[in-house]
This record gives sequence, structure tokens and C-alpha cells, in this order.
Amino acid sequence: MRKITYKEALREALREEMRRDTTVFLLGEDIGKYWGGAFKVTEGLAEEFGDERVRDTPISENAIVGTAVGAAITGMRPVAEIMFGDLTALAMDQIANQAAKIRYMFGGQISCPLVIRTPFGAGVNIASHHSQSLEAWFMHVPGLHVAVPSTPYDAKGLLKSAIRGNNPVFFCEHKLLYPIQGEVPEEEYTIPFGVADVKKEGTDVTIVATLYMVHKALKAAEILEAEGISVEVVDPRTLTPLDKQAIIKSVKKTGRIVIVSEDCKTAGVSAEIAAVVAEEALDYLDAPIIRVAEPDTPIPFSPPLEQYVIPDEKAIIKAVKEVV
Amino acid sequence: MLNLPKNKLTQMLRKILEIRLFEEKVFELYAQNLVPGTIHLYAGEEAVAVGVCSNLRKDDYITSTHRGHGHCIAKGADLKRTMAEILGKKTGYCKGKGGSMHIADFSIGMLGATAVVGAGIPIAVGAGLSIKLRRTDQVVVCFFGEGASNQGTFHEGINMASIWKLPVIFVCENNLYAMGTRQSIVMNIENIADRAIAYGISGVVVDGNDVLAVYEVAEKAVERARKGEGPVLIECKTYRHKGHSRVDPARYRPKEEVAEWLAKDPIKRFKEKLIHTKVLSEAEIQHIEKEVSVEIEEAVKFAIESPFPMPEEALEDVYA
Repeated sequence: MRKITYKEALREALREEMRRDTTVFLLGEDIGKYWGGAFKVTEGLAEEFGDERVRDTPISENAIVGTAVGAAITGMRPVAEIMFGDLTALAMDQIANQAAKIRYMFGGQISCPLVIRTPFGAGVNIASHHSQSLEAWFMHVPGLHVAVPSTPYDAKGLLKSAIRGNNPVFFCEHKLLYPIQGEVPEEEYTIPFGVADVKKEGTDVTIVATLYMVHKALKAAEILEAEGISVEVVDPRTLTPLDKQAIIKSVKKTGRIVIVSEDCKTAGVSAEIAAVVAEEALDYLDAPIIRVAEPDTPIPFSPPLEQYVIPDEKAIIKAVKEVV
Repeated sequence: MLNLPKNKLTQMLRKILEIRLFEEKVFELYAQNLVPGTIHLYAGEEAVAVGVCSNLRKDDYITSTHRGHGHCIAKGADLKRTMAEILGKKTGYCKGKGGSMHIADFSIGMLGATAVVGAGIPIAVGAGLSIKLRRTDQVVVCFFGEGASNQGTFHEGINMASIWKLPVIFVCENNLYAMGTRQSIVMNIENIADRAIAYGISGVVVDGNDVLAVYEVAEKAVERARKGEGPVLIECKTYRHKGHSRVDPARYRPKEEVAEWLAKDPIKRFKEKLIHTKVLSEAEIQHIEKEVSVEIEEAVKFAIESPFPMPEEALEDVYA
């Protein structure tokens, strides 16, 4: 099968959906023909679809999302790009109070089919305002779906589902994933929300990981495998809805779980997954649940400081060895 | 006097009365403990909603505020379902999930009231963008108060509507107070409309208690927007008869000021004008008032007799 990058997979999803449905349009800062997006995801799309449908906006995050909400409830399917995930803080009212609640507060009269794409994650030395992983903020908002694709295949299939679906989707990407290559079929496919993917099968311990951490977990699994420890890597792919059954099924098989997420540990993604396992699968556990996450600090700038806070293979291996 | 046909003027009077009598009834029901939460009455500001919405078609859009009953009714919302929503009933527009501050009726282009001050502004801009992309000739009216004009959404939203020449009419209802805070305490300008210049659009100040004056400026703005000439900011100077919400006796307002504005009551002025220009007789007006009263009573009866939603319905409508 052909291999393309995560970035190309996202772009293909956008291009195919825009060709398929004229109500799909893109808006965001510098996504048009001069830049093609800060991470070049939308590069070339303005040339094909014009600057009406690939719309450069002012630096007004709250209005970018608010405009998408207004368009979504009047017949369009906007895909808004927020240049860095950290900047979603500026749009939080429109995301959490408007987009997520419009359907509910108006008694189901209308749905709000919009997608907010944004990159999270650390690792490129740009410090706290451009490096956070804030997925948990959005998991905490009923009414939103939260997607966290880790591979080009998942990125394309989930983005197509996000665009076609009738709910507001918070679509998390990761800066370090954009250049990663993976197999993506040429033919049409979509990936439903709420269906986890077992990225690697194993029998001794389950690692649940998301976004870039999936790749670190797979690397750790390879090293552990050489030492005789069989690791299963489960990637939820969407945090809301969360495929609890897939996680529980894996825990039933291995009896051990390590949860790896790049966000801060307190009240983070890993906290929620750990709570699900504790509530619904405690009896199947042969060891305590261990979480590998960032310490509760902002992301620092200097390379040794930054590398220190981001979970790495070593930390994952150490955690696995604690439970087996 | 405007060159409006008698039936149009009669219709406008009917709407203005519907809002006032509806609000009076909501006030009574609140006192009888039938309204959960709080209410933000529109009484006194009716000329704005009616003057503006009388220019709109059913497929045009509006966005509204926490003080939204008047906007709903002016756009053509069903009184029964509006009242039922305020009482938290299953038959309400939002099945009891929104209440007084969050009423919407998408079938008439009422895109919803939002209780976050200024949040409706970018949403209206988005509806305007959607109109432009779909190539229809609809327009959007975005209602907000003068307090909302200090929010970032006001700046961000109007700027976007201006650069993209969207068919959005921004209607500021300046009732002089943001809750209890006088405009002069939080702004060094007298006219919100002056802010239009910062976004390269025109701003107009109008007597918001004169329904015909509001009608006239809104008519021009709607025409311009329909032709693709972009947004306008209309500031309507008006006054709420009651406090900010039901619990607010509005002691921060000088008595003389209240008296001065009550004397400028939009309904009294409109009726006088209609009688003076012989459009309607006093008897005809009384007849309309009676009809509207009956309609309101029916709405109240419907709302009171309607069942509350089943508790477990709280879990519905989160996702499509």
C-alpha cells in the first residue's frame, strides 16, 4: 500500500470532503494560498477551491469558532483551524458554551456540524504558549466529540467522519505527527468515532496511549518484547466517545495497564481512563494502574528541560516493569 | 408619518402589544412562583425588536440575548411555546432545556438567545457568511446590548463582517445600563454607533423608543445588506422599564431619569401617532389589545397545563 504523511492524509481528507460536499469550507489564520496553514496542512487547497472556501481570517480565535458555529447552524459544514492548540483558550466560550451546547439548550432543534482542527504537543522548543496538550479540557465538555488520531490512516478516516458527522468535533493533531508516514489506501474509507484500535497485540500488559505517545509506546513495546514482555498497545483514537469496552477487553486479557498521555497528570486524559478501568474492570487487574504523563508544570523552552517533562520510552518501560 | 400601509402598521402595533402584554404576564407568573430561575424583561424596548423585525422575511435570521422574549415574538415565535419554555415545560421550544434566556426557533430563523454577553455576535457573522457562501439573499440581524460592545466578540465579529461584506445588521439596544453599571462608568463615548468607524462600516443612532424611526433605519440597512453592500451598526437608544433581572429593583437609576423615559414609552407614543394620523381609531386599538390579551391568556393556559419533561429527558439531545 502507498505511504503518505499524517499531514498529507489530513489534506486528502479535506480535499475529498470539499469535492464531495460544497457546504464544506475551511477557515483559519493563514490557511490560504500564502501559507497553507502554519503546519502546511491546507497547502494547495486554496488553489483548488478558491479563497472563499479556504478562507484566511483575522487573528480572532473566538470569532473564528463563533463564525463556524453560525455557519454550521445555517446549513454549512465548516472546518476551523486554530493555529496552535494553546490558542483554543481564546475561543473557549464559543467551543464550550456555544458549539457544544447549542443542540442541547435548544432542545435538539438543530445540530452544529463543525470541526475544530488544532495541533497540540511539545517537542519543538517553543515553550508554554505553543506546546501544551489540552485534550482533557475538551473531554470535560458534554456535546463535543474529541478525536486524537495517531497515524496517517486514522487521521484521514477520522477527519472524514468528523466532517460528515452532525456533532461539533474537537480534532486534535500533534505537531510531531505531521511528518510521520504511514499506509493509507487510495480508496475511500472512514473510521467511526468511539472505536479504539489495537496498534499491537500482546498478552502481559496493556498500554493505552494517544497521539504521539502511541509511537513511543510502540517503540517501548518493541524493546520490552526483546526482554520477553509481551505488550498490547491500545489507541482509543477518540476520547469522546471513549471505547471503554476495547480498553476493558484488553485489561481482561493482560491483567495489567499502563496509561500514557502527553498532557499533565492531574485531571488529565490518563486520569479519566484510569478511573474507567478502576470503576469497570478492577477485578481483572493483577497490579495497580500506572499513569505516565507530564508533570504538572507548564512546558519549558530549553531542550533539556523540555525533554525532561515529556514522557519518553524509558518512562514507559519503567512503568511497565513496575506492573509485570 | 411613514408611507406604510394600514395593515403593516396594525401588524406592528399588534406585535408591540404582544411583547408588552406577554412580559407583564411573565412578571405576574414569576410572582406566583411559576417561573423557575430568573427573567430579564424586555418591557420598554419593544420598539427596537418590532421596528427591526418588521423588515425581515421568515427565512431571514436573528440572534438574540439573555433579554430575548421580545426578539422571539417580533420574529414570529409562537407565544404558547415561548411561554411554555419560560415555565420549563416539555412543550416549550427547547423542551425545557433552555428556559427564558435560551429560546430558539429555527423554523423562523430565530437562531437562539445566548446568555453569554456578546456571544451571539460571531454566531450572527457566521450565519451571514453562510448566506454569502450559499448565495441567497437572506440577511441576519444581530441584537446585543451596549454592555456587549465592550466584549472582544463585538470587535472580532464586526471586523469580520466588514472585511467579508456580510449581510449582517448589528443592532445595539442601548438601555444605558449593563446590569447596574451606567454606560458612563465603563465607556468614554456616548454613542456605541461611533465604534462603527473603527471597522470601516457606517453607524447610525436612532430613537429606540420610536418604532417608526427604528423601522426606517432598519429598512435601509436590510436593503443594503440584501444587495450585498455589507453590514451596518444601528444603535437604538432605549430604556428598560424594570431592573436588569427579576431580583433587581434598579435603585441605581435616578427617579427623574426613570420618569423621563417612562414618558417616552414606545407603545404610548406609537398609539398616539396612529390615532393622530387617523390610521387607527382608539376603539380599533382597544379591540386589538383585547385580541392580544386573549392570545396571551391562551398562551399562559397552554404553558401552565403543559407537563414538565420527564427527569430522564435531561439526558437527551446532547449529541445528534
